[in-house]
Amino acid sequence: MSLNKLTIHELLPRLAKKEIAAADLARDVAAQIEAVDGRLHAFLEWDREELLAAARGVDEQRARGEALGPLAGIPIGIKDVLNVKGHSCRCGSKILQGYVAPYDATVIAKLRAAGAIPFGRLNMDEFAMGSSTENSAFGVTRNPWDLERIPGGSSGGSAAAVAAGEAPATLGSDTGGSIRQPASLCGVVGLKPTYGRVSRFGLVAFASSLDQIGPFAKDVTDAALVLGAISGRDPNDSTSVPEPVPDYTKALTGDVKGMKLGLPKEYFISGMDKEVETSVRAAVDKLASLGAEIVEISLPHSDYGLAVYYIIATAEASANLARFDGVRYGSRAKDAKDPLDMYGRTRGAGFGPEVTRRIILGTYVLSSGYYDAYYLRAQKVRTLIRRDFMEAFKKCDAIVTPTTPSAAFKIGEKAEDPLTMYLSDIFTVNVNLAGICGVSVPCGFTNLPELPIGLQILGKPFGEETILRVAHAYEQVTDWHKRRPVILEEQPELPMSE
Amino acid sequence: MDYEICIGLETHVQVKTRTKVFCACPTEFGAEPNSNVCPVCLGYPGSLPVINEEAIRKTVLAGMLVEAKIARYSKFDRKNYFYPDMPKNYQISQYDLPLVIGGTVEYDFGVVDKKRLGETKVCHLTRIHLEEDVGKNSHFERTSGVDFNRAGTPLMEIVSEPDLSSSDEAFAYLTALKEILIYGGISDCDMEKGQVRCDVNISVRPRGQKELGQKVEIKNMNTFSGVRHAVDYEAQRQIETLRRGGKLVQETRRWDDVAGVTESMRTKEHAHDYRYFPEPDLLPVSLSEEWLAEVRKLVPELPSAKRKRMVERYGIPPYDAGVLSADAALADYFEAAAKVVKNPKSVANWICNDLLRDLAEAKLAIGQSPVKPPHIAELVDLVDSGKISSKMAKDVFVEMFKTGKAPAAIVAEKGWVQVSDTGAIGKFCDEVIAANPKIVADFKAGKEVALNALTGQVMKLSKGKANPAAVRDALRGKLTG
Amino acid sequence: MKRRGHADNFLESVHCFRFTCPLMSPDQQTPKIDVPYLAQLARISLNAEQVEKFGAQLQQIVAYVEKLKEVNVEGIEPTAHATPITNVFRPDEPRTPGDPAPFLKNAPQQANNLFVVPKIVE
Repeated sequence: MSLNKLTIHELLPRLAKKEIAAADLARDVAAQIEAVDGRLHAFLEWDREELLAAARGVDEQRARGEALGPLAGIPIGIKDVLNVKGHSCRCGSKILQGYVAPYDATVIAKLRAAGAIPFGRLNMDEFAMGSSTENSAFGVTRNPWDLERIPGGSSGGSAAAVAAGEAPATLGSDTGGSIRQPASLCGVVGLKPTYGRVSRFGLVAFASSLDQIGPFAKDVTDAALVLGAISGRDPNDSTSVPEPVPDYTKALTGDVKGMKLGLPKEYFISGMDKEVETSVRAAVDKLASLGAEIVEISLPHSDYGLAVYYIIATAEASANLARFDGVRYGSRAKDAKDPLDMYGRTRGAGFGPEVTRRIILGTYVLSSGYYDAYYLRAQKVRTLIRRDFMEAFKKCDAIVTPTTPSAAFKIGEKAEDPLTMYLSDIFTVNVNLAGICGVSVPCGFTNLPELPIGLQILGKPFGEETILRVAHAYEQVTDWHKRRPVILEEQPELPMSE
Repeated sequence: MDYEICIGLETHVQVKTRTKVFCACPTEFGAEPNSNVCPVCLGYPGSLPVINEEAIRKTVLAGMLVEAKIARYSKFDRKNYFYPDMPKNYQISQYDLPLVIGGTVEYDFGVVDKKRLGETKVCHLTRIHLEEDVGKNSHFERTSGVDFNRAGTPLMEIVSEPDLSSSDEAFAYLTALKEILIYGGISDCDMEKGQVRCDVNISVRPRGQKELGQKVEIKNMNTFSGVRHAVDYEAQRQIETLRRGGKLVQETRRWDDVAGVTESMRTKEHAHDYRYFPEPDLLPVSLSEEWLAEVRKLVPELPSAKRKRMVERYGIPPYDAGVLSADAALADYFEAAAKVVKNPKSVANWICNDLLRDLAEAKLAIGQSPVKPPHIAELVDLVDSGKISSKMAKDVFVEMFKTGKAPAAIVAEKGWVQVSDTGAIGKFCDEVIAANPKIVADFKAGKEVALNALTGQVMKLSKGKANPAAVRDALRGKLTG
Repeated sequence: MKRRGHADNFLESVHCFRFTCPLMSPDQQTPKIDVPYLAQLARISLNAEQVEKFGAQLQQIVAYVEKLKEVNVEGIEPTAHATPITNVFRPDEPRTPGDPAPFLKNAPQQANNLFVVPKIVE
């Protein structure tokens, strides 16, 4: 059995008992990447020798009887938006060509402290702006379930890698749905923690008040393990919250009896893909059959979320991306005659169209005369959106919705029309605006072609234990998460390493 | 048409902290370029700011020193513009909710004209806020180089109302402001190190008109004398322009110290639209009464108040009070001695005339002085009680400074006790009278000055130890008896 | 067909908008976006084709976000931060000195420990 097919919680006891070595796992992971990534293009970079050396290091430590962290020997793929010391960090963009990270993001340091092996650079929409990974300057990643389709975005590479068995787990980032949406489209688990749960230090910022880092995994237990390793207050991130980090695996009781699950009426509407609706409703019924009570709730300002998001996120991004100017790192236009020329041509050539559009829009909504009408107003509506959720959480323990309105679309299908592309995020953006937590778990497939459908479970601030509990309970009584994409079936079984 | 000038100053002052305002890089001056830097102050992707509490404390303290209102709730904002010395191409500053609101600075015209010492005026402040400094540009033939060591240094921006109406007032205000900030330990205000920079907003209007005239900004002045000259020139330029019937435009100008003129800076394309919005990476500042009470304990007596008090309590002239209060440590030194003598004026004289001179020559600070306050007090008492003459005291002081010993000990050691014993003096007088019959005859003939010569001889004979006053009395007594 | 801005749900509202009013005329509610001015502020060089293409796309997006005008925000405070904490400070303690080399190595152009740029003319 190729070790890359196992979950982390299956691997850990075998590693602990020395039934398998970390080096064996690393070799199987490497072999899978070599076998499939040529077609998938999830990884922009990865270093086989570095991965194997790190794994050997863990084995040596274990042999010496040293104390090891809770994720010792587990390779975790890293979205190209996180600083890993000594490695590139291009954020899917040409403008960061040549940049070598001089420091580790806090989550990377935490993974290392847990004994995990952060590795590789996973493909993404440029600067996390997109819902399909088509905005990457380095080519799109393909959905392992159908190579003609997008894996979602912006963390498309991170989602695809887990779905295709290229890594036991990966890290992505979520600003408007960039973990949950690709997780849904790739049939894996993706979790966006509460804003402030995980440190953003070292995460290249898109929208500072919305960004969070989170795990992709094969199942809920694995997601809980990785979440526990990366969470916690960081003195380097003022917005990280001093909320204690529980053992998230303890929440996975399998019991949802008596829990109240809210269904927002605004999220179950005509116009949604019929198959998506059917799968999600079936999932809700399943949870009801486990003893959960389903209550109808209302989130009246849901309709405005996209508009609020595209004002606030672009405004913050326009400032966050100003630093990419060719002065201190990254690419620089040649033969500039003065700094103004250098800025204009460096950024004009370095940024792709979506990033450029969003920077211009963000500049617009902050500009003199428009600030009150757009940015200020959007922040007020945001308050109302958050209030909707807080009110709803008085009536229920968790909220259940579809993750996306439809399954993965074809590469190129929406690329020309930004506004239509933005639609992919309608069920996810409000979660970031409110700062609450959300997880997407597989809940079905479309018929022909067979494409994953995701169920989104939302919790109140620092309610990760609740949503993990609901997600896990559902997972225990279904098989969706055990299905593997065709791309994997085509590979012969790899022999167990020595 | 008579015009009056309205000047408002925006003074940027580097706050004296060990580390930068949003990261833990040291703020030391003069380090190798780009050595005191980190991902945060270099604007690296993924970096985040964290507020230095001491920078907040010192800004609040400054607010207390100018008796301003301290905002209980305050926040930071992004000020967006591009420049090579800007690591993020936005500056973290404060826009609508600054830490300090209002305030006043009392300044004394004595700094522009000694004769006007004691004549004071008040300038109101609009606000004080905290922000980060930018890097430093150097220019070469075809390129420029940027050093980011300075980027991220905490900067206090002190905005005055346009209350100042002359270059003298501007100079006096800046001097007073600098004194307050040094006194409070808020900044060293070292102009050479570029720790204080000033933007001058100046307009002119017909005397009596309420509305302000067209404002012109002169940016980045880094000496007070420069401000003075620039104000004089610019005010004149504006008045002459208006008198000729010309129009003034809102613009930014630069002071050319060499040519002695202000010149228009090449206006970059668009007037700055800074697109301020609240800084999402920093949480707001909400100051509690307890926290503020702790800061209030750090408020020292301000120089102007101290001067007034010294004059009143010790009866020293305002000029001396000015010299002694220039430095908090010096003021403390003076008071330590002045408190224990009946003649504080004498203490002031010793310090102002002798001690400061010797310290300067030896390149020592008052804290390193070999002469301690009790020594000065003792010296003053020795002279006042007649134990030594004031001439001898000068020699004693030289020894005090050289050896650090107390004056009484030196006097005992060297045997420099003033002889006041009438018997001893009488003997000296007799000797001198006997040896100088001609001078004696001159005195008896009515020439008063002859007494000086005889006194001088007695002093010589006594090796300077005789009490001159006693000698004169004794001589007079013997010659007129 | 429902009027733009009056859809029952947000999925429909965007669809509605897309199919009934594909091109927003500049003189209707939304002011015309000055793309060249904004590109200048944002220091991004655009060619004429990009100015036109982005202009049209952005005009549509801005027309879409106009729907926020429907919301009654009277008395509502803007959300500055998702979490209601204040006073997150750091003590005035210097970090251990690190190696500045990696920072200068990343510079596209550097000399004598300075980041070099084309000459700045004030």
